[in-house]
Amino acid sequence: MIRFLIRRIVLGLITLWVIITLVFILYYAAPHDPAAQLAGRAVTPRLLQQINREYGFNLPIIVQYWNYLKRMVPWPGLFNLGTSNTNRLPVTEIIAQAVPIDISLAVGSAILWMVLGISVGVLAARRPRSIWDRGATVFVLTGVSMPTFILGLLLLYVFYYLLTIHGIAIFPKPGSWTPFTTNPLEWAHDLILPWITLALITAATYSRLTRSSLLETLGEDYIRTARAKGLSERRVVYRHALRSSLTPIITQFGIDLATVMGGAIITESIFGLPGLGLTVVQAIQVQNLPVVIGIVLVASFFVVAANIVVDALYAVLDPRVRVS
Amino acid sequence: MSLTTVQPVPAEVLPEEPAVKGIEGRTPLQLVFQRLRTDRVALISIIVIVLIVALAVGAPLIAAITGHGPTDANVDNGTDANGQPLPPGSAGYLLGTDNLGRDILVRIAYGARISLLVGVLATAIATVFGMVIGLFAGYFGGWLDSILARIMDVVLSFPYVLFAIVLVSVFGSSVPLTILVIAFFSFAAIGRIVRGQALSQREKEYVEAAHSLGAGNLRIMFIDIMPNLVAPVIVLATLLIPTAIIFEATLSFLGLGVVPPTPSWGNMLSDAETVGFQAWWFYIFPMLFLLLTTLAFNLLGDAVRDALDPRTERIFAARRKKAKAAAA
Repeated sequence: MIRFLIRRIVLGLITLWVIITLVFILYYAAPHDPAAQLAGRAVTPRLLQQINREYGFNLPIIVQYWNYLKRMVPWPGLFNLGTSNTNRLPVTEIIAQAVPIDISLAVGSAILWMVLGISVGVLAARRPRSIWDRGATVFVLTGVSMPTFILGLLLLYVFYYLLTIHGIAIFPKPGSWTPFTTNPLEWAHDLILPWITLALITAATYSRLTRSSLLETLGEDYIRTARAKGLSERRVVYRHALRSSLTPIITQFGIDLATVMGGAIITESIFGLPGLGLTVVQAIQVQNLPVVIGIVLVASFFVVAANIVVDALYAVLDPRVRVS
Repeated sequence: MSLTTVQPVPAEVLPEEPAVKGIEGRTPLQLVFQRLRTDRVALISIIVIVLIVALAVGAPLIAAITGHGPTDANVDNGTDANGQPLPPGSAGYLLGTDNLGRDILVRIAYGARISLLVGVLATAIATVFGMVIGLFAGYFGGWLDSILARIMDVVLSFPYVLFAIVLVSVFGSSVPLTILVIAFFSFAAIGRIVRGQALSQREKEYVEAAHSLGAGNLRIMFIDIMPNLVAPVIVLATLLIPTAIIFEATLSFLGLGVVPPTPSWGNMLSDAETVGFQAWWFYIFPMLFLLLTTLAFNLLGDAVRDALDPRTERIFAARRKKAKAAAA
């Protein structure tokens, strides 16, 4: 088990290193002069020189790479994501401001998509080939085929625009955001449409996974045994079968949760939520590379960490994984 | 003389075939096609896909008939007297015009070209690349497998939407780059499946037989093993196409895909977003076509999966029985 975990962590570190390096290569492959960008409009050769010296842009690339790698090590005195090119704020501060929004988005939508996805999946698996199953299939295929931005725009159109022009202003306009600590009710109210958008898109995968996994488990011998013991169908399905069908769902859940925490780019763009996703899109548009690199790093960290946690959980839940 | 071909027994020697009609030999491919033909959902999706392909291919024709190019702003009164866009059903503009007086129908047709091109090409590249990598990893095993499998693991655990956006923003957006980016982040999904299949296939007797006949590794991989992997790869590839189409639309929507004024369904929607919801037809048509396309490919992928899966034979048998009963 320990060896398995160590291997996973090493692989995760390698993934992070590859991502960091690729970002570095992109930074230098990009046809731009970082010093000129920092200098702003009133460029003088002396200013450029000064910036180059200050930021080390004139050092050999290997040295720059080494310095860059050192700055990425999470150790006091080394870790430094730099400052934003536009407003000179430390990148860590910008990220710290955005992360609560992504956590709020992730928590709310994750609850919704788990409840929705698993219940639709159970419904379909309990009565295969029934009208319920067909309905579930339609739900899954629509969810899989639906681009996030279309669903988001549709929800905005119906629940914000149509209702508001008819004088029923229930849903807030895009761009509204209240921190949880300020007013929890307002917080939920502002996030309800983004939550639904993310949840509906994501739930489809969970329904599909739950259905196939549960159908497989329901065919196992121990389920027949449970039925033969005279247990109620409800108990058989929810206590015996569903529990062991949840393993693949947990895997998917960890990765999806981490992806949303690392920035739900499209949902945030449509609903104007200033989380990591919107911040990175805005930073990309003005080539604000320190911010882009910082956010890519944080988002990658979430996903890589989630992969490790999920693998470890998987090994705990399913002893067969440990052997192989 | 070739050792691999079995010489047919001369016909005269064969005993007289009993005159029982009915059981013909059918290849697995024929079986699959037959199953697909009886599947109504599959048929409808194929029709939808064919129609959208026709729309894409016929885009210049539509432009010629209407007399409006995809980027022509405001030709023969594309806007009304107040300079407002025309709603759908206006004279000469079936689906209306956008805020610059451009014909939405023509733009949709040209957008279909981009979507299909990106979807199909990205999937094709990813499939070929994934097959080769997966076959090499699975067939040779050992250190090569460890390295290739780790690479695929790394690619699969990338936050790929974010990374694609960074890539596109650095190199500037273009259609070929979009295709390559999508292909790069999809090949691992195919590669992993092919690797798993190749791992089990290489232990089979037919591989041993091919070895003993002196076949080389490449021949065994691509001539003997590969045909056995076609089924799962076809299913996955069909399902990759809509994913790639959505990905392209998303990139274009964020302003990082197809560069305006060239129309794509994604950038038509982002144009619409800058105008607001009053002009509902700016939104509804690109959305409708995008959804229709992805849904058709997803439905087809599911149907192909069912048709290729021997376990679902019972459903098809039941369906055939029903059809026969209805016909009788």
